[in-house]
Amino acid sequence: MKRRDMLAAAGTGLAMLALVRPAFATTEEMAAAINSFTGGVKPTEDRVTFDIAQLIDNGNAVPVTIAVDSAMTAADHVSAIAIFNERNPQTDVAVFTLGPRAGKAQVSTRIRLATSQKLTAVARMSDGSYRSASVSVIVALAACIEGEAP
Amino acid sequence: MARALIHMPATAKRGEVIEIRALIGHPMETGYRPGADGKLIPRDIIRKFVCRYNGEQVFGAELHQAVSANPYISFFTIATETGTLEFTWEGDQGFAQTEKMNLTVGPA
Amino acid sequence: MSRTLGGALCCLAGLLMLGATSAKDARRSGSEFMSASTQAMQRDDTLNPAMLWISGGEAQWSAVAGKSGKSCASCHGEAKQSMRGVAARYPAFHAGSKKTINLGQRINVCREQKQQAPALRAESEELLGLEAYVAMQSRGMPVEPPRDAGTTAAAARGKDLYVQRIGQLNLSCAQCHDQQAGKRLAGSTIPQAHAAAYPIYRLEWQAMGSLQRRLRNCMSGVRAEVPAFGAQELVDLEAWLAVRDKGMKIETPGVRP
Repeated sequence: MKRRDMLAAAGTGLAMLALVRPAFATTEEMAAAINSFTGGVKPTEDRVTFDIAQLIDNGNAVPVTIAVDSAMTAADHVSAIAIFNERNPQTDVAVFTLGPRAGKAQVSTRIRLATSQKLTAVARMSDGSYRSASVSVIVALAACIEGEAP
Repeated sequence: MARALIHMPATAKRGEVIEIRALIGHPMETGYRPGADGKLIPRDIIRKFVCRYNGEQVFGAELHQAVSANPYISFFTIATETGTLEFTWEGDQGFAQTEKMNLTVGPA
Repeated sequence: MSRTLGGALCCLAGLLMLGATSAKDARRSGSEFMSASTQAMQRDDTLNPAMLWISGGEAQWSAVAGKSGKSCASCHGEAKQSMRGVAARYPAFHAGSKKTINLGQRINVCREQKQQAPALRAESEELLGLEAYVAMQSRGMPVEPPRDAGTTAAAARGKDLYVQRIGQLNLSCAQCHDQQAGKRLAGSTIPQAHAAAYPIYRLEWQAMGSLQRRLRNCMSGVRAEVPAFGAQELVDLEAWLAVRDKGMKIETPGVRP
């Protein structure tokens, strides 16, 4: 095959891909969602810990714990914690509303992960600042040699 | 009525920070799964969870499809006074459920 | 003096023997093949989603059912006492039914004959909840299959099924779970197929399910004809698995990926 023909074929292929809308969230969408949550303020990557297993058995129920280093006083506390993902069909996971009555800025839940990806937790502080932490996880998909019998 | 389980202490000292674990049975159907007939099963999820302590909200959660089935949430609150903690879940298809737990708060 | 020394040596020999016996037991529960966070979900009842079903089972234990107007508690009292050790002895040959049956089927025998209530459907929330609630009362106890002729015959048939190649993929349970256990298949590690944690909350199902559901899924996976729920071959396989699991601790309610 001549080199020019090969390039032409590749070009057609790429054009085809561009016509098909991605069925999953993207890095840009996660960045946009975070931006929407922070009102344009860029979070600093501190004070937040994102606890999650690095290698995941099954993406249907992945335990996560987000903790924020904060005295949780009326003057200085976490008012919200949001979790975002990069490659599920939808970028939002959850938003938790806290406040000084929480006593401790820590939430745990179990989430779904469609595939290996990056996750980000963003904390909204009472002073208007935003803090974040990101993790990258590997999701091992279920073994192929099985199927739900009717 | 879905099954719900709340784990929290029955008593606490004033000012003590207590952990509350709330678990409720719900499929959290994402709306992205095809059924046996090949058609997508419509979305059916819990969207909101609120904890009120003697009427005042002390914790809230807005949930999306990425929260697992049978959603589990753990959070903390300060034991301020004896009273009732009310847990409310709301979601698609008019889903609404409330559970109540009593907390006895003694001197610090 | 020499008597004491002799005694000490006997003690030491006994300890060494115990050590040797447990060192030779290569059986590992499926929970040992899971990640730490999934293990934590099983270990902590406040984290285990199966407890939702079990709280339902506990409520059902005390609820009157059928024309009898009786609940399980009416005859059996506190499950904690009366059901202790029961799951460890199932499947078992039931004279009245003239066949070996599993715990879920035995619950339905009581439902129909003692409570005059309709049997609970296989894989229903009610039956899973009740079965898991009863089995949980044996948590930590060793699996101890009955040794009567009927049960052992069922287990023998189950053993034959266990080593039989089936399906378009032409695989037997033994080939994956005895010969290839510990090795990887797609993204997962192949477990040894021990069944002492059932019924389980399976993350893949996002729900609770029985051992028969799991067995049927494996058969479907190798493209074999899948027997209906309650088929005797499935019960026979369960009976064999109980013999294979003898001495292992019951973990119900288990959590599995």
